[in-house]
Amino acid sequence: MARINAIPFGPQHPVLVEPIHFDLVTEDETVVDAIPIIGYVHRGLEKLVEKKDFIEYTYVAERICGICGYMHGFGYCHTIEQVMGIEVPERAQYLRTIWAELSRINSHLLWLGVAADAMGFESLFMHSFRIREHILNMIEATAGGRMIFGCVKIGGVRRDVPSEELRNIVARLGELEPQIREITEVFLKDYSVEHRLRGVGVISKEEAYQLGMVGPMLRASGVALDTRKIGYGVYKELTFEPVVETAGDCYARCKVRVREIFESIDLVRQAVEKTPEGPIEVKVKGTPNGEFFGRIEQPRGEVIYYVKGNGSKFLERFRVRVPTFANLPGMIKMLKGAQIADVPTLIVTIDPCISCTER
Amino acid sequence: MIEEQEMVSIDKKELVGAVAELRASGYRLVQIGCTTRADNYEMNYSFDREYRFKNLRFSVKNDEEVPSISYIYWNAFLYENEIHDLFGIPIANIVIDYRGTLYRTRIPSPFKLTEKPAEQKESGGQPS
Repeated sequence: MARINAIPFGPQHPVLVEPIHFDLVTEDETVVDAIPIIGYVHRGLEKLVEKKDFIEYTYVAERICGICGYMHGFGYCHTIEQVMGIEVPERAQYLRTIWAELSRINSHLLWLGVAADAMGFESLFMHSFRIREHILNMIEATAGGRMIFGCVKIGGVRRDVPSEELRNIVARLGELEPQIREITEVFLKDYSVEHRLRGVGVISKEEAYQLGMVGPMLRASGVALDTRKIGYGVYKELTFEPVVETAGDCYARCKVRVREIFESIDLVRQAVEKTPEGPIEVKVKGTPNGEFFGRIEQPRGEVIYYVKGNGSKFLERFRVRVPTFANLPGMIKMLKGAQIADVPTLIVTIDPCISCTER
Repeated sequence: MIEEQEMVSIDKKELVGAVAELRASGYRLVQIGCTTRADNYEMNYSFDREYRFKNLRFSVKNDEEVPSISYIYWNAFLYENEIHDLFGIPIANIVIDYRGTLYRTRIPSPFKLTEKPAEQKESGGQPS
């Protein structure tokens, strides 16, 4: 007769970079139920919009998360601009897009290192972080910050980047590309990695769509959905297709992220080539009066920003629906039926961001 | 505007039927959100199909019960628990009901409708 146990997983666990707790109900070695508990780092940032005016809140938005902070600043400004009908200069849109793709490369390399470390692949963790350091240097040289870029503002960007520096970025990415290819091939072709990830945590195409999953989680199950296709920033001017895998398992999710690194490098190349000269910001007049659901594609997937203004300098409502929040129901489905030994790798391949989730 | 967004006002009684129709039409649930207004709450249910955004909305009064749509879209349970914990809106028959333990906030239901002092209503700000 199977023995039923309740195993607490987290909030502190070697594979968890941030705190989340799961109550895992197991029958022998099989997980039969998983109940996530969040709330350990809830900061009430949505509530803070009532005390910071809509210009000041850009700084708060960038601090929602330490990894995709730039994306939150970008998404917030983009949504406010839609409400206020602000036309952002083209050069600023290009710079925003370049930073967005550098941010995606940074995030995916960070995930690769964390995933490698979680599987005991420490040398790959070191290599991944070594290359990521070069990306952070590029970000620092152009934006001024490494994690909190601080370069996006309502109506444009705060800093211009000389065209020579942009060409330098492309050259340095060209040097890094073979190195990234080498470490990612080691990761994807390693016997132990394949053994631990193939066929684990399978989510079908229909399930992934109906569970509202987003980003690499969704695309690894065969759904070609990428919010960049809406065309915000300058994505409508760039050539790319959503990276899709069909197996729907942990290995496919890793493969999607790895392929997205190379796609982002290509997008940076295309954007730099097309970046025009011109102003980088427009003056913002008035206050937001209206509403809009802004959508952008973060490294972890689609994020929704809801902004509602009433004509005063304080927003009536600001809401963020982040990708990890959308992926939590899928994670619960995946955990049910999994072996207890697979739980850490299942969670790592989701690339959860709890700071975003808690806001 | 970067994209056209369809905003549909409905009555609370029509919610479950309208959501079931959207599910049958191939829409995915993007988010459920809530906004505290002067004397009620505005509920927003957002859906997407092939990058076409559609939003259902209706108003509810303080402590008025809202039916769950988690029987139609299973992932709705997380959004509904969030709204319950942050706004204090009772939501009936959620498939996984945390009963107020999803978020642990120092102030219970921080977005719950409260009577604001007159001067803060004028300035647009909220009490600190």
